[in-house]
Amino acid sequence: MSFDYAQFAIVVTAMLLMVGVAGTWLTRVLSSSHHGGPERLTYRLLGIAPDEGMTWKRYGLALLLSNAAMMLLGYLLLRIQDLLPFDSLQRPAQSADLAFNTAASFVTNTNWQSYSGESSLSNFSQMAVITFLMTASAAAGIAGCAAFIRGLSRKCTNDLGNYWVDFTRTIYRVLLPACLVLALVYVWQGMPQTLTSSVTATTLEGAKQQILIGPVASLEAIKHIGTNGGGFFGMNAAHPFENPTPLTNMLHMLAMFLIPSALTFTFGSMLMRRRQGWAFLAAFLVMFVGFLAVVYHAEQQGNPLLAQAGADQQWSALQSGGNLEGKEMRFGMAQTSMFVAVTTAATTGSVNAMHDSLTPMGGLVPLALMMMNDVFGGVGVGFINLVGYAILTVFLIGMMIGRTPEFLGKKIDAREMKLVMLAVLAHPFCILGFTALAAVWPATVASLNNSGPHGFSELLYAYTSGTANNGSAFAGLNANTPFFNITIGLAMLFGRYFTLLPMLAVAGSLAMKKSVPEGPGTLPTATPLFTGLLIFVILVVGGLTFLPALALGPIIEHLLMSAGQWF
Amino acid sequence: MIDNHSNALTPVENTRQLIRPVLVSAALFMLLTGLAYPLATTALARLLFPAQAGGSLIGHDGAWSGSAVIGQDFKQPQYFHARPSATTGPDPANPSQSVDQPYNAALSGASNLGPTSKKLFDQVSARAIAYRQENGLAATAMVPVDAVTASASGLDPDISLANAQLQVERVARARGWPAQSLQARVDEQATPRQLGVLGEPRVNVLKLNLALDALAAPSAAVK
Repeated sequence: MSFDYAQFAIVVTAMLLMVGVAGTWLTRVLSSSHHGGPERLTYRLLGIAPDEGMTWKRYGLALLLSNAAMMLLGYLLLRIQDLLPFDSLQRPAQSADLAFNTAASFVTNTNWQSYSGESSLSNFSQMAVITFLMTASAAAGIAGCAAFIRGLSRKCTNDLGNYWVDFTRTIYRVLLPACLVLALVYVWQGMPQTLTSSVTATTLEGAKQQILIGPVASLEAIKHIGTNGGGFFGMNAAHPFENPTPLTNMLHMLAMFLIPSALTFTFGSMLMRRRQGWAFLAAFLVMFVGFLAVVYHAEQQGNPLLAQAGADQQWSALQSGGNLEGKEMRFGMAQTSMFVAVTTAATTGSVNAMHDSLTPMGGLVPLALMMMNDVFGGVGVGFINLVGYAILTVFLIGMMIGRTPEFLGKKIDAREMKLVMLAVLAHPFCILGFTALAAVWPATVASLNNSGPHGFSELLYAYTSGTANNGSAFAGLNANTPFFNITIGLAMLFGRYFTLLPMLAVAGSLAMKKSVPEGPGTLPTATPLFTGLLIFVILVVGGLTFLPALALGPIIEHLLMSAGQWF
Repeated sequence: MIDNHSNALTPVENTRQLIRPVLVSAALFMLLTGLAYPLATTALARLLFPAQAGGSLIGHDGAWSGSAVIGQDFKQPQYFHARPSATTGPDPANPSQSVDQPYNAALSGASNLGPTSKKLFDQVSARAIAYRQENGLAATAMVPVDAVTASASGLDPDISLANAQLQVERVARARGWPAQSLQARVDEQATPRQLGVLGEPRVNVLKLNLALDALAAPSAAVK
């Protein structure tokens, strides 16, 4: 068991060590005035002036339109997949609703998959659609965050930077170099990276085993660094080719944390408020460790019904024990539980175990982390969400103590509060609205893999994952129906742009303001007290909104499981 | 303040200005990040780690016996058995239907059964009974959890040390080897925690079975 705690400590320590390095690098990338050679060439091709500043509206419009074009390109390539090269298995093109869902999913950094990679995508699509959209959506998220941070740090201006410059630099200077190195480490550990689609082996007992391979490592690297999450194979990072060793599992987790945690440092540097960056990182960490403890305890404890069936789930020197249904031997309970928490905290959605088979309380953790959507959060947007909650906290405290709310030297007025509330409310509205719709829609019951409260959890998980742009699933749900493809596709688009755009507007409006000097009436926001209040507000506002839905799913299932009830 | 020319434009003009960068960036970055990056990685990987890049295959071209990281289905008593697998494959009689096909490396899959599923309970109970019979355990003996639960990928190459230990006697009997020397081979083949701390100690079933087959005569195993 001490090994389990050692592994938790290693990941958290390694993550903290990387914060400074990666944060400094990101700061330089986002604030340097120098344009490299390849970058200048790119700007010429795009026909843009790299030194032109953009207002929040223009920045947001550029982001939105370029995402739309990329989504359309991805959609078209999926629709003509059968005409494209590199596929000896001749997999057919995706249907219209499936291709819409896939393109929406990858352009919004969600990576929900209604299909199984093996049977549905050629190596060409895995590269030219999936790997491409993974990189582009991560870069767009980081760019959005850069504009957001500039809005908070500047005064009396409407210039939030240039979208094309942020997007291009993030890809050239951060994502591509980091991914290339990580991909090669992955190959060294046993991930395939080839254009061959399949080989056939003869097993020791004489049967034929067809083994699918492809350009896996390059996809895995951006999948985790960009907090994307969509698998090359159906079973995602549980597949031995996507995650061959405990070391790759640990690198996946560190890669997912790399940019979300570094952005807190970048924020601190760009605002010259380092302490504020650390205070936000502390808020992330406290919530993360709390949820990790819940899922680890629940999974190591195991499932009483499996014990009744004769399975020995006790930890010993010879086995990890715990609830091993839907889990892989090499990761054990520690690396599996931590992966569950990391992938939903960083809203990646990569899975190394089947979340559908987690214990009820273990399954509540990924749900809750996605519902809050700001414990680390996806590249860029998670940080933006956290700041939204920080503004809400300042406002609530201002109401309680009767002072005008101020945040980072700016007065918070009605306009900002309305926009923040739009972003905060869009999330539960989308999750709960679509779940309610799915629960009464006649044909959805046929898609469920489990009955009883667990069946409801499958629906709730699907829309939570889509809206939070996570992409993991209670994968028993057969989501490849027109109803689910379209509603989850819409949930992903709403979830992405109805939080990103209002918060960009907040940044634009804060940037226009004068900075007010800190006085005795200013609430300091870089203190442990404020961090504690922030966590409290996130749990109350974010958590309580969803408590009734959680009670109908995992909580009641936990009680019934303890009473020995099955479905 | 930036000069506000873009703000002075109407939304339509604003959008028109963006058409070229929007279209060119979609195509350009598709080529760079969707083709140049994975193809460059492929070339470097083939140069640096050709075996892993090709799927860590065991054997030689045309006569592969599997991949070192992908599990295989074992049923015969002289082999150690892998974990249950929930993968399916097309029915040979009717390809539009799918049937159970354990360790189908062309379509990974899990049961996705929830913790309160009756079906899961029944499956685990049946597997526990079969495991006890196969390995000569008492009818009430608890069975290592990995031996009766399906893995996440359906291709898990490993089993726990506890699971391997309980299979030693059966394999030894089927091969006519002394159980003690077989246990020594298992210990030899066990994969320790990576770098001393990461993951779980375990046994790669395919590699262990290959090693057993390689020991041609039982006398070699006794030494």
